[in-house]
Amino acid sequence: MESFDFPFFIEVLVGGLLSGIMYSLVAIGFVLIYKTSGVLNFAQGALLLFAALTFVSLLERGVPFWITFAVTLAIMAVIGILIERTVLRPLVNKPPITLFVATLGLAYVLEGGAQLLWGTQVHGLDLGIDDVPYVVGGVFISTFDLFAAAVAASIVLLLTIVFRYTRIGLAFRAVADDQFAALAIGLKLPVIWAAVWIAAGFVALVAGLLWGARLGVQFSLSLVVLKALPVLVLGGFDSILGAIVGGLLIGASEKLAEVYLGPFFGGGIESWFAYVFALAILLIRPSGLFGQRLVERT
Amino acid sequence: MTTASIPLPRPASAIGRVPTWPLPLAVIVFAYAGIPLFASDYLYDAILAPFLALSLAAVGLNILTGYAGQVSLGSAAFMAVGAYAAYNFNLRVEGLPLLASIVFAGLIASAVGVVFGLPSLRLKGFYLAVSTLAAQFFVQWTLTKFSWFSNYNPSGVIDAPALNVFGYVFEGPHGRYLFSLSVVVALTVFAARLVKTQTGRNFIAVRDNETAARISGVPVLHTKLLAFAISSFIIGVAGVLWAFAYLRTVEPHGFNLDRSFQILFIIIIGGLATIRGAFFGAALIVVLPLVLSRAGTFLFGSYFDSGVLDMSQRILVGALIIVFLIAEPDGLAALGNRIARRLRLKSPTN
Amino acid sequence: MKHYGAKALLKGAVLSAVAAGSFATAAIADEQFFPLQSYRVGPYAAGGTGFFGGTIDYFNLINTRDGGVNGVKLTWEEGETQYEVERGVEVYERLKGRPNIAAWNPLSVGIAYAMIDRITQDRVPLITVNHGRTDSTDGRVFPYVFPLLLNPYSETSGIINYIASKEGGEEKLKGKKIVVLYHGSPYGKETIPIYELLKEKFGYEVQQIEVPHPGNEQQAQWLAIRRYKPDYVVLRGWGVMNPVAIKTAQKTGFPVDRIIGNVWSNSEEDVIPAGDAAIGYTAITTQASGADYPVLQEIVKTVYDGGKGNLEDKKRIGSVYHNLGIVNGILNVEAVRIAQKRFGNRTLTGDEVRWGFEHLQLDPKRVEELGAKGLFHSINVTWDNHEGDGLVTFQQWDGKKWNVVSDWIAPDWKLLRPIIEKSAEAYAKEKGIKIRTSEDADKVTELQGAASSAKN
Repeated sequence: MESFDFPFFIEVLVGGLLSGIMYSLVAIGFVLIYKTSGVLNFAQGALLLFAALTFVSLLERGVPFWITFAVTLAIMAVIGILIERTVLRPLVNKPPITLFVATLGLAYVLEGGAQLLWGTQVHGLDLGIDDVPYVVGGVFISTFDLFAAAVAASIVLLLTIVFRYTRIGLAFRAVADDQFAALAIGLKLPVIWAAVWIAAGFVALVAGLLWGARLGVQFSLSLVVLKALPVLVLGGFDSILGAIVGGLLIGASEKLAEVYLGPFFGGGIESWFAYVFALAILLIRPSGLFGQRLVERT
Repeated sequence: MTTASIPLPRPASAIGRVPTWPLPLAVIVFAYAGIPLFASDYLYDAILAPFLALSLAAVGLNILTGYAGQVSLGSAAFMAVGAYAAYNFNLRVEGLPLLASIVFAGLIASAVGVVFGLPSLRLKGFYLAVSTLAAQFFVQWTLTKFSWFSNYNPSGVIDAPALNVFGYVFEGPHGRYLFSLSVVVALTVFAARLVKTQTGRNFIAVRDNETAARISGVPVLHTKLLAFAISSFIIGVAGVLWAFAYLRTVEPHGFNLDRSFQILFIIIIGGLATIRGAFFGAALIVVLPLVLSRAGTFLFGSYFDSGVLDMSQRILVGALIIVFLIAEPDGLAALGNRIARRLRLKSPTN
Repeated sequence: MKHYGAKALLKGAVLSAVAAGSFATAAIADEQFFPLQSYRVGPYAAGGTGFFGGTIDYFNLINTRDGGVNGVKLTWEEGETQYEVERGVEVYERLKGRPNIAAWNPLSVGIAYAMIDRITQDRVPLITVNHGRTDSTDGRVFPYVFPLLLNPYSETSGIINYIASKEGGEEKLKGKKIVVLYHGSPYGKETIPIYELLKEKFGYEVQQIEVPHPGNEQQAQWLAIRRYKPDYVVLRGWGVMNPVAIKTAQKTGFPVDRIIGNVWSNSEEDVIPAGDAAIGYTAITTQASGADYPVLQEIVKTVYDGGKGNLEDKKRIGSVYHNLGIVNGILNVEAVRIAQKRFGNRTLTGDEVRWGFEHLQLDPKRVEELGAKGLFHSINVTWDNHEGDGLVTFQQWDGKKWNVVSDWIAPDWKLLRPIIEKSAEAYAKEKGIKIRTSEDADKVTELQGAASSAKN
């Protein structure tokens, strides 16, 4: 092997960190739902597909960008409320695995609905950001990925502000901390759930647009959840901070592994490496890096 | 909901015990003697073959998830291990009877299951569930990556061998059905016996309350791994049936995440911790989409193309799953029990 | 929209709940039935709608314009597979009992594999145009399987020959660096040994890099490519992997006009999502795109203007998959026509249609008569060569449409044939198949639906 190529290492590392942010974006949607209702919402990928497909279809029909954004957001909000009403509320107090399977069913409905509504065509989505690389000291950095990172940072900031300084945010935290206590002091769970599903719809839209611009808007978009799951395991299902840090760690380690370890295995190890990496960390910390301490049932 | 472990629905078996060996026996007799009287090729090859393979996989997963309380999303990976292992034993060990290949394949799946079950010693709930996805992706990668597994076939897809048991070849739709049925009956009887033994009670103890189980002397770690081993064995054999008796070709893509979810659907909808639930659930999951698609083509085929029909069907299946979970969260087996009890109340002889 | 008779529909539906494989209906006179295992939903829906749309459009043209093939009407029924093998098998089991089946056309390697044993027993041809199992090219071992026009090995050789022509001759390949970026699946890996084999012959350097399925993340692979500094990257992609590859190439500063796509990376669906990053991207094809060819004009005039067009979006007429579907339609129809010359202008059995495919020889003159000059070059199938020496061409994306940028190029069949034969013979040995001779190939089962009703 040739001597260690340091700029190349940096390039892989930076590329990995930026990819990781994209995973985090998807993971945040999961965290919002899990924190308040204890559901691993597998339909997040389908929500993302639905949002992106709606957005791009409206845009292609000549609707201006910001109106499209607002309309899609409104549609996602309605869907969020509908999900809360028709799926979550009737299943309240059911075991999480039942809820999990229900979200799988929900994913079917959303994927089918999105394609029935807008067709199965593949769409390109141009957010107006040319992805010509920046060159910093011989290291290529993607403009688009930097933009995505900035968006992710704004979302985290926005969510933090909402949770910290608004009534609904406080209620949200109360529910996340202790559902029963929150109920006991008269918080309206359904309202909070609806709010959370709307927030998840918003995150799905943003993630859908960024991923859609990368992959094209098509069915495979719903598969990005598979990139988010190891991030969740690593960061903890119930921590937004964890989703960010987890994403960075997974992104960087996965890319470094593919480049430096991949050749020893014949390459293509990314598909499982993230899971194994997350698993290895978990064996040391069983609730992820930032997850709440595991409480054994007694 | 701060706890990370997943409390499971009430096991359907706990609700109203039906004293039953005559009924399963009647079903088995019917399956051997009754069905062949009217079954067509289509029924055998397109409905019963996948139904039997998936039922068996669901019996296997139910031991792990329903009885021992460990959620796994990697079932399809263990099916793949079983299918490929059986293929390779059959190919590489001269003179090894097919049945022995299948048993060895089950043991290999079992060993792989134990390895991927190791995290269960520390992880719980969704953390464990998601980490079983590691098995899903790792196994698929391994089987495509190393051509040895597919005997260096350039396309990586392999033909299943003939179903030859001690010189008798199970051929044709009916023959393959009998073969699958016999394997399924044998393993199901084994599973049904197992859950009644001390081992089965240990599984349930670990599921219901790990700490209490430990205090009362159940070897918790050993029990969990045993559940992974037995479950993976059965799922591995189900993979052999899927590949050898149903598709008659072995390719890694067919054992993807969707298949794992499908098996999970089956046990949740059929009823956790019941053996018959696996069969009810599989019947629903295999037959329902077909009926919907055929009915759709019949009713609307001249107005819409097959794509529209199929998407509507996807929506309907998803919606039905949700409706079903709301209406009968304990599964079809519980529903069956309820009906049986009501019938018994009506007939005073019982 | 659909053309199959209400009777057939009703029959299918009545049998729906339990269904039957063995109903012996009297054959409806002078019809030739094509069961279509289509996929209009799921990740590959765009390809499925184009391909099956094209084939159906051509069948409609033949029925409407000519009243069928010499008076024999073409009928078909679709079954949705979502590209999944077990659903393909279900559709096969559902439709195999229909009378008058001419040929199966699944456009899916997985489904085709699962059907090889079954259709061989049924004695009905299985057409895998442009894809499929490479060694099924050897008609001595696979009598009923036809990877028409182009198998994966020929594709590889065609791509290398194109690079050679771009560089100014085969000898210029020496020392050139090529990266093959392949999809992490059996399909993706299939050509690995062929690139290695051709490397021995031409003396280029090659690095083959895997992209894990589904391929929505390729940062690491393209950074490795950038470090290797290849002259060309061959994209052996699949679905979403293609646009992501093109975009990531741009992101890492690799010039797009040095990327060459294979036959599954050559459609509009592969480049449109990549936007402007795809301008200049080149890909191999067996059939040119565009709607200028007489046969397409007639389809527009006869089928679409008559409201019978299969594509929902008329803008897709003449797209890559639509044209592949049309070429596939032409090949199926001509096989039937050729078989009719020997057996008479009537409904043929599957085995008779197989004979037709084994004599499917369309020279450029005949292709012109069919209104397809320039759409595809020619085909020359024989009893032992089921691929039929299809020529390839290369097309470049200009942001709006594909433009042909090369002549018709011939792959190096002579070099590849021995490998194919070796593989086929190994298969024959493993399965205990007797290797066919040309006399065997000339024997034809004339019994209608002989195997499908047998219960063995």
